[in-house]
Amino acid sequence: MNNESNSNELEPLNRAERESHEVIDNGPSGFASQLKGFWVTFRTMFKKVNTVQYPEVKEATAPRFHGRHQLNRHPDGLEKCIGCELCAWACPADAIYVEGADNSEGERFSPGERYGKVYQINYLRCVFCGLCIEACPTRALTMTNEYELADDQRQKLIFEKEDLLAPLRAGMLLPPHPMYPDADDQTYYRGEVPGASPLQENIAEPNK
Amino acid sequence: MSIQEIKNQEITSSQGADSAIEMITIIVDGFEVSVPKGTLVIRAAEKLGIQIPRFCDHPLLDPVGACRQCLVDIEINGRKFPKPQASCTIPVEPGMVVNTQLTSPVAEKAQKGVMELLLINHPLDCPVCDKGGECPLQNQAMSNGGGESRYEGVKRTFEKPINISSQVLLDRERCILCARCTRFSEQIAGDPFITLNERGALQQVGIYEKEPFQSYFSGNTVQICPVGALTGASYRFRARPFDLVSTPSACEHCASGCDMRVDVRRGKTLRRLAGDDSTVNEEWSCDKGRWAFKYEHRDRLTSPLIRNESGELVEASWPEALAHAAHGLSINRAAVLVGGRSTIEDAYGYSKFARIALNTNDIDFRSRTSSDEERNFLAALLLGKSVTYLDIDKADQVILLGFEPEEESPIIFLRIFKQVRKRGLKVSALAPFTSRGNEKLKATVIKNVGNEVEDISKFALTNRSVILVGERLAEVSGALTAALKLAEQSGAKLAWIPRRAGERGALEAGAIGNLLPGARQVADPKARQDIERAWGSGPLPTQTGLSTDQILDALHKGEIEALLVGGVDPGDISASAIDGLRKAFVVSLEIRNSAMSEVADVVLPVAAVVEKSGSFLDWQGRARKFEAAVTNSLHRSDVRILSILADEIGRPINLGTVEKAAKELASFGDGSSDQKSALASLSADQAKIKEPGKNQAILTSWRLLLDNGSLQEHEPNLAGTAHPCVAVISDDRANRLGVVDGDLIKISNSNGEIILPLQIGDIDPRAIWIPRNSENSRPLLALKSATHSLVSVVKA
Repeated sequence: MNNESNSNELEPLNRAERESHEVIDNGPSGFASQLKGFWVTFRTMFKKVNTVQYPEVKEATAPRFHGRHQLNRHPDGLEKCIGCELCAWACPADAIYVEGADNSEGERFSPGERYGKVYQINYLRCVFCGLCIEACPTRALTMTNEYELADDQRQKLIFEKEDLLAPLRAGMLLPPHPMYPDADDQTYYRGEVPGASPLQENIAEPNK
Repeated sequence: MSIQEIKNQEITSSQGADSAIEMITIIVDGFEVSVPKGTLVIRAAEKLGIQIPRFCDHPLLDPVGACRQCLVDIEINGRKFPKPQASCTIPVEPGMVVNTQLTSPVAEKAQKGVMELLLINHPLDCPVCDKGGECPLQNQAMSNGGGESRYEGVKRTFEKPINISSQVLLDRERCILCARCTRFSEQIAGDPFITLNERGALQQVGIYEKEPFQSYFSGNTVQICPVGALTGASYRFRARPFDLVSTPSACEHCASGCDMRVDVRRGKTLRRLAGDDSTVNEEWSCDKGRWAFKYEHRDRLTSPLIRNESGELVEASWPEALAHAAHGLSINRAAVLVGGRSTIEDAYGYSKFARIALNTNDIDFRSRTSSDEERNFLAALLLGKSVTYLDIDKADQVILLGFEPEEESPIIFLRIFKQVRKRGLKVSALAPFTSRGNEKLKATVIKNVGNEVEDISKFALTNRSVILVGERLAEVSGALTAALKLAEQSGAKLAWIPRRAGERGALEAGAIGNLLPGARQVADPKARQDIERAWGSGPLPTQTGLSTDQILDALHKGEIEALLVGGVDPGDISASAIDGLRKAFVVSLEIRNSAMSEVADVVLPVAAVVEKSGSFLDWQGRARKFEAAVTNSLHRSDVRILSILADEIGRPINLGTVEKAAKELASFGDGSSDQKSALASLSADQAKIKEPGKNQAILTSWRLLLDNGSLQEHEPNLAGTAHPCVAVISDDRANRLGVVDGDLIKISNSNGEIILPLQIGDIDPRAIWIPRNSENSRPLLALKSATHSLVSVVKA
């Protein structure tokens, strides 16, 4: 009330001043109120702790967490990426750079005519929206749950194709190597190729 | 008339004046539109801004109605066509009412049906298709197609892709049989090497087994293909349209003056497309203009080089290199060779640099044979009226003198071919033999090597005739004079067509010994005063300068000790040119390491065409301006470097930017008025060639479009479609030598020999023709003569 009557005559107080007055005017005092405050602290000491000792301890993310990208492989090791650049097209942050190139009979990285020769994702730009994953026509690009994407140099945060490619699993051969015997790109996309055949391995040898 | 900008409006109005055009009014979707008689319905609708979907329709090709995508409902005077009609084949008629897909449900349903059928066999491989993102089929399937396909069967497949030439790939699965490519090849290029084979679902574009698709214009089929069926081998999978930054540009290869579009990704040219300029190249370009650009990013010079004491070129800083160059050029008597590839602004820089910084008129842009007769002819030519592509369109006869249009200026060839096909334009050529280009033009070929001057005066022409003179005519002394006289007597139009893009511009910029900028004569004191006043300089050198050949002679004799060169290959001038250059202090402005670097004392790197702005003057004398397509280049234009070098010498030319050079040159205007002195100094004697003996022949040659030219390096796909490198001899001679087509023959003189497979052709029996700068045939280096000399021809 005092304030209000003053404000009729003088400049009105700004908000910070008014609030500081209120704190002084209305603030409770005494041991009881302090005890009430510390009770929250005391009670929490016996609750289950949410903090984890990162990086010693790491918790699993949600299963569909948007983490680092991965370039997948067909079961025989050929890359799924066809270098179409639709991911780069979809990217709202312009974080992806792709250059396509020709598969040749001597040097085949993916089924069909085309493969991604250069594939870069710039994690300084990426906003992890996942539009690239939706755009990918061959399910070559997916996201892993890996979230530890920090470094001390900007260059290191531009991931190259080698950094993004999925590891070779059992039954896979490191490209370049020919397609599965009697298979074509359609067979691959339908998922009918079980894994690398010894025939592919034989021909793959000289390319290594 | 120094730099003439021809405005589109003037042309259309002058065409309109030729004949009164009957206008027809029709109604499209309820709107009235008046168009000239003969206009197709699809174009009348375009005029209203109504877009009817189409694939096969192309304004420069004959209508064919192959794709059926442009179906619309038409009624004439109340009578309706029972079914929708293809609007790309039907010309407008009075009382016509057209309802497109926008207003007629019948037309819309018909179009959706056609689209669904087109897509039945079209593969769903847009992600790997080069056309994806700029594909008329993609776009129109979205705008005018049905949402879903009802087709559940198996699509027809073909082997993909197949090479129809080393530079064009054909994917038959994607083809929608619009016949644009086959029509282009037949109607525009005159190379009907591809055709539609088979019938029904198996119909496909095919090549003849015996004749390869060796057309100089095949790249246009890639550009006009409305799907990804034809793609270029060198652009395959390189980028998507959204990656590319497109800049309008000019072609640096020949004097045709094409409008180009350069597509750049991350500072690198990935492809070039023909621009659309109806007064020059229409929508076409030759394969060289389209694909020969890899030189821009191979073996580029990145820093100045200086020859050290031990004779090696080593990298140096700019101040060091400029000081060294300035010192060498100022203490010795110096001359300038400009190449012939400079922009007009750069040529002007060289011209002003020679006059002010070096105080000499010894400057020449011709890195080839360089007679005084040609110089005087060119000075006289600048006085005449300019000739344009439109004069070819209207001509009653075209005469080709020392000029092979398909090889030396392909867009002029297309222009002449168009008129030959359309109205049987009469073409005559003075040439050693009937080349394939001449055959296509149905030209009357006068084959009489050694008597050119006499033959030129025999042509009967009118004032509507056009004489096209190639730069090679200068190799026959007296021929240029005869051509000029022929033009004066008959009133025919005369045009000079150099091979290189920069020659006409260099001529107007005064980069030649007898002319100052703005076509002013060096010998005219008043002209010199004009220029002195404009430049604010002291008195200019008064003596007419030396030509290229004379400069090289003077180098041999030691009369000239220093030389400034801008992009010259000594092998283009003569076999011994390099020896003369070795003796002199040479400052070379170059984009790449070249033969000149071997002899240069200072090499200064300059910008390639994509990295700089400027303009080229085409053979019509019309400027085509272009801006830098690669904007972040560290290279600078020649004129800027010359300006700094002149400052270093202490006689500034003040041309810091290309814009400044262009503005200054434009301010000179045309100084050629009332100077008729040039003609008098021309001579008209032709040196007689001895009659060839039994195993002898008169050597003739010209450069093929695709050959060993330095701007075509590093492009094997393009080189794959070069015309075969053969020696052409007559039937008679082949019988005498006992050889048949394909056998090897040896062409030799006292200097050396060339061995080539032969081809029997319709050639002057006394002559032999070989390519001038191809892999196994470089007569200027091997025989020390390129034309009009006697060689012996025997079976190899």
